[in-house]
Amino acid sequence: MKRETLRVRGLNAHQLLRGEELEGANQPAHLEGEDLERYVQERVLTTTLDSAVAWARSNSFFPLAFGLACCAMEQFHAAGPRMDIARFGYEAFRASPRQADLIILAGRVSIKMAPVIRRLYDQMLEPKWAISMGACCSSMGVFNNYALVPADKFMPIDVHVPGCPPRPEALMHGVLKLRKMVQNDPEAGWRERYDAVGTEEVPEVGGHQDSAPAGLPEGGTAGA
Amino acid sequence: MPDATGLELIRQELGDAVLDTVFFRDRATLIVDPPGIRGVLEQLRAQGYSFMASLHGVDYYPQEPRLGVIYELLDMRRVDRITVKLRVHSDAPTVESVTEDWPTANHQEREVYDMFGVLFDGHPDLRRILMPEDYEGHPQRRDFPIGGEPVIFTRDEAKWLEARQ
Amino acid sequence: MSAVETQIDGRETTDELLTLNFGPHHPATHGVLRLLVTLQAEVVRDIKPIIGYVHTGIEKTAEDKSYWKVIPVVERMDYLAYYFNAMAYIGAVETLVGVEVPKRAQYLRVIHLELNRIASHLIWLGTSALDLGAVSIFLYCLREREMILDLFEMSSGARMHTRYFQVGGVIEDIPASFAPKLREFLAIMPQRADEYGAILNSNEIVLARLRGTCPLDAETLLGLGVTGPLLRAAGNPWDLRKAAPYSSYDDFEFKIPVGTVGDNYDRFAVRLAEIYESVRIIEQALDGLPEGAHITEDRKVALPPRHELATSMEALIHHFKLVTEGFRVPPGEVYNAIESPRGELGCYVRSDGSSKPARVHMRDPSFVNLQALAPMSRGSYIADMIATTAMLDPILGGIDR
Repeated sequence: MKRETLRVRGLNAHQLLRGEELEGANQPAHLEGEDLERYVQERVLTTTLDSAVAWARSNSFFPLAFGLACCAMEQFHAAGPRMDIARFGYEAFRASPRQADLIILAGRVSIKMAPVIRRLYDQMLEPKWAISMGACCSSMGVFNNYALVPADKFMPIDVHVPGCPPRPEALMHGVLKLRKMVQNDPEAGWRERYDAVGTEEVPEVGGHQDSAPAGLPEGGTAGA
Repeated sequence: MPDATGLELIRQELGDAVLDTVFFRDRATLIVDPPGIRGVLEQLRAQGYSFMASLHGVDYYPQEPRLGVIYELLDMRRVDRITVKLRVHSDAPTVESVTEDWPTANHQEREVYDMFGVLFDGHPDLRRILMPEDYEGHPQRRDFPIGGEPVIFTRDEAKWLEARQ
Repeated sequence: MSAVETQIDGRETTDELLTLNFGPHHPATHGVLRLLVTLQAEVVRDIKPIIGYVHTGIEKTAEDKSYWKVIPVVERMDYLAYYFNAMAYIGAVETLVGVEVPKRAQYLRVIHLELNRIASHLIWLGTSALDLGAVSIFLYCLREREMILDLFEMSSGARMHTRYFQVGGVIEDIPASFAPKLREFLAIMPQRADEYGAILNSNEIVLARLRGTCPLDAETLLGLGVTGPLLRAAGNPWDLRKAAPYSSYDDFEFKIPVGTVGDNYDRFAVRLAEIYESVRIIEQALDGLPEGAHITEDRKVALPPRHELATSMEALIHHFKLVTEGFRVPPGEVYNAIESPRGELGCYVRSDGSSKPARVHMRDPSFVNLQALAPMSRGSYIADMIATTAMLDPILGGIDR
């Protein structure tokens, strides 16, 4: 189903609920192209499907079980009984980066560890977000010396949480800020903001979009 | 700690290998000649100092000989500590490894090599332990710059970004 | 490499050796520890630990700061035993400067050190149980640790890395509500430790994984420089709190738990028992807490109290000098060792007469204890190696500094 059809239907439903007339000159059913885009921007930010997906994504981050140094101890406390990250739905810490979508860099990033973290981040599937927890990975923190590298230098970070170490409440504030970001703007334009084009994994697709990718038998994935 | 007289007795027993002694704040230090370190440590072990608590390096820049290696020994029976120190020049920083007699020296000598550049002759696996394997330089030396990122304040931000272009 | 046997437990197996990389990102390696494990089927033949993934250059940073500014830097080394790092460093500086610590400050230091020891053992217990599969113990231990961190917040304002210990004493006296809250905690902690012991000791899986696995005798451990609960589990009752008491530890009566066999179960039992002993020490320290100053009266080393700055010119000058330049330390070299939750934590400070140290080296117990991992795990299964890494209690911040 095409995106525009959904959008027009959404607009129609919106107007029906508001009791407006569907027919007539300036009604959206008759708008085309640029005018339609402008009409949409003025009234409805995203379609309900997009907001629904954003709502679901933001309420079920799977953080990567990744702790480097002292901030990891406060990360434990954020998952502990008092602060209880499970209240928000984020208690499923995954050990494998393939299954996680949120990496919380908890602790200082040394120059030996930076390529490892980059590899972990690349292994995560999209959409993915990153929180830099603590002063050491956001800026250099207490240790402004030869051994550390701030996380911004090698990977895009969405939220920086200051503190040394940040209290569990501070970490939750950062995670909830990320949640708000994801809910309000699912695209978030992060690729453009951080110049992150060229890192996607695009599988090879041959021919029409609806048929199976090249190499697989037509007519379903039985036996896959 | 052996008291001052005890320290002098130990020095007399060890003979020529000891260059000097220091008794400071109730702590005893023997300064030894680098070639004789293994013998000195064995003799101290025979006297009861059978536990090596620490092996670490110091940089006495700009005094020469510049690189120091310090061995902290502990006698668990009499609860006595003694420090053995040796100093080598930075252009000939070779010291005999004591890993065979004291297995605890393995990682600690690697750290001294990594941070100061002291080469341990006879060490089973002398390579960098804390820095990446291909790192150049010995960070803990006093003339190695501390490094780090420049701290940009908001008022300097425009100037700094311009300079980067 | 010696010839590899093709029989394990009486059954034929392959003679092919496989090298497996554990970490640095691994759920069971307690931080960013990388292990290259050489395996024959499931039996570990050799382990090579690779460290340095969280090397922070703490010792280099410490050379750049005045003596009292080094305290927060050094605290972040072994990040579960922050008071111990500070204590080792401050003890060395106090020896160099020659300043005496008032009795009340010594007792307050003991209270905070033992609370930190309990907090460190709780995280050890939680994460080790997590490795073995007992997930709920982790949450229980965090519950107690929250109480301890509340107490730290009460005395110093921060939960971790509190900068509470200063050269000459502690930075501030405890508030009036500290003692009642501490007594509440001391009443609860032994009961909770009983519960954890009961849960884990009656669990067949935990017992099967810990009993008899990866023992190492005290002789080999001493050769490797291992101290702390690992050495005590092997039967050697060496504890610096008893052998070379510092900070009034000889005023308190407490026992040293010692194991017999030196296997993983003994290491676990020794640490669990140490929690009870720490509670006893804190009780005695709180009961006998003397009145007096909380920091030395020597104004050349310790900041004057705030109210004096309004009236006394000398106090103002001292304050200014201490905050901007810091105090100068006479030249010399000192090595000071204390008993941290993982073993002997030593601090070597060399001063050259200026207001910044010329060399600070922390002898971290985990760095030395890590060398024992390979001898312990040779010949055991991978699962036992995981349990051994957990019982070793490595803290990578201390290992890598």
